[in-house]
Amino acid sequence: MRARGAIVPTVLALALSASALPAPAAEKQVFRINNMVEPESLDPGLVTGVPEHRIVSNVFEGLTTTDPKDLSPRPGMAVSWTVSQDGSVYTFRLRDARWTDGKPVTAHDFVYAWERVLNPKTGARYAQQLFALKNGEEYNRGRRADFSQVGVKALDDRTLRVTLRCPTAYFLDLTSFSTLSPVPRWAIQAHGKDWVKPGKIVSNGPFRLANWVPQQELILEKNPAHWDAARVKLRKVVFLPTEDVHTAFKQFLAGESDWVPQVPISQIDAGRGRPEFYVTPYLGTYFFRFNVTRPPTNDVRVRKALSMAVDREALTKYVTRAGEIPTSTFVPAGIRGYAGVRGLPYDPAAAKKLLAEAGYPDGRGLPRMELLYNTNELHRLVTQAVQQMWKERLGIRVELVNVEWKVYLARQSSLDYQISRAGWIGDYVDPNTFLNMWVSGGGNNQTGWSNRHYDELIAQAACRIVNPRERMRALQEAERILVADEVPLMPLFTYVNKGLLARQVKGWYPNLLDQHPLKYISLER
Amino acid sequence: MLEYILRRVAGFVPVLFVIVSLSFFMMRLAPGGPFDQERALPEQVRRNIEARYHLDEPLWRQYLRYLGDVARGDLGPSFRYPDRSVNELLRLGFPVSLALGLCALLIAVVLGGIAGILAGLRRNAFLDSLSMTCALGGISVPNFVLGPLLMLIFALRLPWLPVAGWGSWRHLVLPSLTLGTFYAAYIARLTRAGVLEVIGQDFIRTARAKGLREAAVVLRHALPGAILPVLTYLGPASAAILTGSVVVETIFSIPGIGRYFVASALNRDYTMVLGTVVFYSVLLLLFNLIVDVLYAYLDPRVQIR
Repeated sequence: MRARGAIVPTVLALALSASALPAPAAEKQVFRINNMVEPESLDPGLVTGVPEHRIVSNVFEGLTTTDPKDLSPRPGMAVSWTVSQDGSVYTFRLRDARWTDGKPVTAHDFVYAWERVLNPKTGARYAQQLFALKNGEEYNRGRRADFSQVGVKALDDRTLRVTLRCPTAYFLDLTSFSTLSPVPRWAIQAHGKDWVKPGKIVSNGPFRLANWVPQQELILEKNPAHWDAARVKLRKVVFLPTEDVHTAFKQFLAGESDWVPQVPISQIDAGRGRPEFYVTPYLGTYFFRFNVTRPPTNDVRVRKALSMAVDREALTKYVTRAGEIPTSTFVPAGIRGYAGVRGLPYDPAAAKKLLAEAGYPDGRGLPRMELLYNTNELHRLVTQAVQQMWKERLGIRVELVNVEWKVYLARQSSLDYQISRAGWIGDYVDPNTFLNMWVSGGGNNQTGWSNRHYDELIAQAACRIVNPRERMRALQEAERILVADEVPLMPLFTYVNKGLLARQVKGWYPNLLDQHPLKYISLER
Repeated sequence: MLEYILRRVAGFVPVLFVIVSLSFFMMRLAPGGPFDQERALPEQVRRNIEARYHLDEPLWRQYLRYLGDVARGDLGPSFRYPDRSVNELLRLGFPVSLALGLCALLIAVVLGGIAGILAGLRRNAFLDSLSMTCALGGISVPNFVLGPLLMLIFALRLPWLPVAGWGSWRHLVLPSLTLGTFYAAYIARLTRAGVLEVIGQDFIRTARAKGLREAAVVLRHALPGAILPVLTYLGPASAAILTGSVVVETIFSIPGIGRYFVASALNRDYTMVLGTVVFYSVLLLLFNLIVDVLYAYLDPRVQIR
């Protein structure tokens, strides 16, 4: 007995070591991501956030997927597609793909999923992602009860026809989004809201859910039945929900995770010295809103003066310090086909003059102003720095008002503020995701600003102009009005992604949306 | 005795009713709602979501609906985590907080108790100064300093234990120490005071005069009296420690329920806020009852009727 006990492990060890010898790192292929928060849901129709998308976009696959380098659309469940001459009808040809329970993925699964997202009873927060569909918004508002009038139809099991409200240049950027993924009707009907839990979930992506313990860990494993499984190298992916950014940083240093997508401000200098540290541009803008319905920021000269008195170079160099890109425009640089505009320059002398013209020489007579921000280390530092610059360059005193997140949101949306810090992250790589929020009465405008010419340009770019170049020119003209003429906001800098990535991770490419499809990632020595 | 307990438990009902009602309306007075976010929702989408959770109804009807649900033991759906109910989140998280809390409590009682007794018996000696200095340190160093410090030493400098997470006994060590230290320090001070008060009393002198060994005098006669103040403190402290600590659970990324207390309030996750309040209140009431019953056994002056 004793002898056998000794021999078996030895033989096993030999066998294991023999097979493990050629590719020791490749054999493990376990990628551990610090996702920074517990995912709110795994239901593709309900999720909205970046951490959720990081998981769900690998578990469910839409009509298209994204290129890991430039984010352009690639085939997903759709093997090919055609677009009508006027750009408003898309016909997708689906591939022979399977759900994890062996059933085929059909065009009807898409119709079911999209109906579910648009159905008012579902209460999907991202229903607007489907408002590009003909009658999509009307159905969600309950104005149309008949879904057959909405622009999506399964012509047969493998053909999906999508009719848009009007030509939408970025529609193929939306089809890879989780909200537009197909979902299995039978699983949802059998399990209700439990259908996304381990053992019950039925999915169609390159990875499948292996385990999920809330607030502890979520594990994905390779889905061997996926059509592109030959490309997938990772065997297992672990998502950790560590919320404390300092703890996450230490976990990376201790080798407990391979990727942490955030770095605490206080550790940026420490991080910079490490080869794993990265900083890449992000499709997001940090800015201040002006309330244009209240004096003194109802005067465009005051708004311009405030904007021109801020030294953004100094702000990013000495305050934010992670490599943020100073900007005077709202649309971040780097969007394909969009040349951008020139915003207001940093010019304290001209700013002083403008302020005097507005009737407040050296800030005299200026009503008391408040700068609203929500509790956050970065916001505190930025608002303090800008407050100081205004005091030094213009001689005006602005009071900082710090409130918690929900109070901040409520005050901003009800225009109960004078100046307010804000941030905006694009949904897709097109200027429209930054510019259409500023139309009159738009839910995210929140400044009280309204300009008819601007609205007209955005409407033209959204629907009426088919030529891509002309469309970009219209958007450019709109942005010029926004950041150079009317100035209901002052941009400060373009966000960056800053994080730590273990050096053995390959197939991870920096891009504007910080999306890194797991099927291209591998671990190598 | 049984009658006393039943009477007390019946008394929980009006107390809980007041707590639930107050929390319900106070929560609704706070600005903002569960579905406000940086990206404003289209008006219709917001209304659809509110209708789904009955938030579009008049407040009094929502209140009655909630009272009815709570009476049936249903704490409602979580707004933040649409795939889960509040009951499910508490059920999953409580065992974790409980495990961590028990370890911390054990550390607190054993360390604090021993230090307190020794300090009390050797009043003004070196041992007394040493343990009381340590206790003062334990109370003064906040856990958001102690936690990262322990992490730095025992997980990074000396790679003995994991930085954070949950799953094995090794994950339990640093957070239990962090959480237990504060309570240990407090208990040490209370025990010392208790020992000092009891040790000078007549019945102790009688016990010594009868020739009992010092150990027997301390353990059998002095201790029950000395730990009464500790017990009073330990009741509510246990309820607090077993329902988890916001700070420790966040720092060590522990999947307990402690972090829900603050996060749900900040998120205006109404049902979760009320769920945690109800849960904590029940525990608090229960532990106070247990303490009162224990009193009757330990203190001959107290009688339960």
